[in-house]
Amino acid sequence: MATPAAPAANGVKNGKGFKAWLYKRLPVQEFVDNQITGYYAPKNFNFWYFFGVLSLVVLAIQFLSGIFLTMFYKVGEATAFDSVEFIMREVEWGWLIRYLHSTGASAFFVVVYLHMYRALLYGSYKAPRELLWLFGMAVYLALMAEAFMGYVLPWGNMSFWGAQVIVNLFGTIPGIGPGLVEWIRGDYGIADATLNRFFALHVVAIPLALLLLVVLHLVALRRTGSNNPDGIEIKEKLGPDGKPLDGIPFHPYYTVKDLVGVAVFFVLFSIVVFFVPTLGGLFLESPNFEPANPLSTPEHIAPVWYFTPYYAILRAVPDQRLGALLMFLSVAAYLFLPWLDRSPVKSIRYKGWMSKVALGLFTVAFLVLMYLGLQPAEGVYVALARIFTVIYFLYFLLMPIYTRLETVKPVPERVTYHAH
Amino acid sequence: MYNAPPPAGRKLHSRAHDARAGEVRGWSGSKTRESELTVQNGVITDDEVDSSRRKFLTTATVATGAVGAAFALVPFVSSWQPSERARALGAPAELDLTKVEPGQMAIITWRKQQIYVVHRTPQMVETLAQHDGQLKDPKSENSVQPEYAKNEARSLKPEYLVLVGVCTHLGCLPKQRFQPGAAELGPSWPGGFFCPCHGSRFDMAGRVFQGSPASVNLVVPPYTIEGNKLIVGVDATEKGVA
Repeated sequence: MATPAAPAANGVKNGKGFKAWLYKRLPVQEFVDNQITGYYAPKNFNFWYFFGVLSLVVLAIQFLSGIFLTMFYKVGEATAFDSVEFIMREVEWGWLIRYLHSTGASAFFVVVYLHMYRALLYGSYKAPRELLWLFGMAVYLALMAEAFMGYVLPWGNMSFWGAQVIVNLFGTIPGIGPGLVEWIRGDYGIADATLNRFFALHVVAIPLALLLLVVLHLVALRRTGSNNPDGIEIKEKLGPDGKPLDGIPFHPYYTVKDLVGVAVFFVLFSIVVFFVPTLGGLFLESPNFEPANPLSTPEHIAPVWYFTPYYAILRAVPDQRLGALLMFLSVAAYLFLPWLDRSPVKSIRYKGWMSKVALGLFTVAFLVLMYLGLQPAEGVYVALARIFTVIYFLYFLLMPIYTRLETVKPVPERVTYHAH
Repeated sequence: MYNAPPPAGRKLHSRAHDARAGEVRGWSGSKTRESELTVQNGVITDDEVDSSRRKFLTTATVATGAVGAAFALVPFVSSWQPSERARALGAPAELDLTKVEPGQMAIITWRKQQIYVVHRTPQMVETLAQHDGQLKDPKSENSVQPEYAKNEARSLKPEYLVLVGVCTHLGCLPKQRFQPGAAELGPSWPGGFFCPCHGSRFDMAGRVFQGSPASVNLVVPPYTIEGNKLIVGVDATEKGVA
C-alpha cells in the first residue's frame, strides 16, 4: 500500500544514531508502515474477530510452556510417565508449566473452532480468500496432528490406547494398510520407537510447519484484507486519499481492541489452569493418570473433546473401513467450502433462510456429535450419532443447491457501523 | 551466463547453424529457428536463444535432481521400519499346552500383542456350527489367518484356539465371555468374546457376529504345535505339521 510514511522512513534513515543505523540495514519502518499502521481493517469488526489474535496468543503460550517442559521430560517407554510425574511434583512450578501446556492445547481448539465458525458465519472462505482459508485449514490439520502426538507423550494408559486406535485407522487403507501401520509404529505394537518419533514430530517438525503455515496465513490475509460481518470488500470504496472509507488502521485501533480480548482470555484461561486444570476429565482424562499398559484397555476409550465429533462419526458406521473414510471426509469437507458455497453474498446477514437453517443444523450436529463422541458407543447414542452424521454431511453436500436456490437480501454499499 | 565473452564483432555459431537447412529440429523435437548469438560490443544478445534446447536442459536437470532427491529420502523413510532389535524381540513365543485346562484360556505375549490360547471343550467346538447365519464372515474368507486355520474351528487342532487378542475394530482387548447366555449379552449368547470398547462380539472361534463394529474375524497368528508345545510365530506349514 502506498503510504505517505515513506519519506518519514527516509528521514530516519538519513539521521544519525542507532535507529538510523538499524533502519538502513533492516526494513523495520517499511514493515510497520505497510503491515501495521498502514494495514487497513474494516471498521465494523465484532466479537467474532478476537479469535485470530487469540490463536497467536495460545501459540505463544504453547511454545513457551512446551520449551520448558522439554527441559524436564524424558522421552522413552520407561521414563516418560515418571518424568511427567516428576514435573508435576518435584520441579519448581512444574505443575504450572504443565497445566499451562495442557490447558493451552484445549484453549487452542476453543479459539480455533470459534475462529473457523466466524468464517462460516460471514463467508470469509469465499473468493478472493480461498487460499487464506486453505492455509488456515492446513494450520488446523497440523494442529490436530500436534495435539494427538502431544497426548501420547505422557505415556499414560489413555495415551497408549488412543495412539493404538488412531494409528490402527491407517490399517483400514486397502492394500498398504498393515504395512503402513507397522511403519508408523516402528514396531509390532505401539512402543518405544513410536513414542520417540512422536516426540520428534511434536517438538520439532510440526511446530516448524505450524509457524510457516501461520506466516503464510497472515501473508495471504495481508493480500486480500480481512472480511467483515457484512461481507463487503472495503477495498472497493476508497476515499480521496486512496484508503478504504470503511477501514481503520490495524494499529492503534485493533491492537487496542485485541488487547482487551487478550486480557479477558487470560482471566478465563487462568481460572482453568489454577482451579480446574482437568475440567472434569475433559482436558485431561483420568485413565491417563496411570502408566501405559498394553495388557489393559481402559474401560472406555474416548479422545479429548476436540476430536470427539469426528470420533462419533467413526463409530456411527458399522463398517470400520467406511467409518474411517467418513471420519477423514468429515474433516476434509471444510477444504471444499469455498467452492461449495455458490451464494452471491458472503455474510449470513444477507443470505436466505435456507443457509441460516443449514448453518443452525450444522452447529447443532457438531455439538451433539461432540457430546456423543464422549459417550460409550451403544444403544441410543449410536442411533443419534448416525442421524447427526447425516445432518453434518448434508450441510456440505447440499450447500451448492441451497445457496443457489434461496433469495438473498440486498447487500448495502457500505458496512453497517454505529459509532460508539 | 558466459564467463568469458569472446572479442567483439565475432559471430558465435550455435549447434543449429551447422545444420544444412535453415530450420532444424531441437533436441526436444520441436522446430526451432536457426539461432545465432551475436556479440555486439562484448554483450551477447540472446534474442535468438535456442529456447527448446534450453527448456530440454532445464527439464532434464530438474528431473535428475528430483530422482536424486527421491533416492535421498530412502534412508529417512526406511529408518521408520522396525529396527533390528525390534525384529529380534519379535521372536517366537512358546506355551506348554498341558497347563491349560479344558474350558480355560491362557494369555501369552508375542510381539507385544496378547495371544489368547483357549483349550476348547467338545461342547464349545460343537456350538460353532450352530450360528453361521449370524456371522459376518462364517467361512473366514475376508479374515486374516494362516491357511491351516481357515476352517470352521479356525485352528490347527480343533481343541486349541489361538488368536491375537486385539479387536479387529480398533485394537482393544476383547474380554472372554465363554459362558452361554452371559448376563450383558442376552440369553441367546453362545459364548465367545466381547470387546468392551465398541461392543464387537465374537464366537468361540473368534468369528465376528453381525451388528458388531468390527468387520472381520479376530486374527489367527502363525503358529505350530509340537507335541504339547505351542509355538507362536513359527508357521505350521513351514514345520510340516499342517
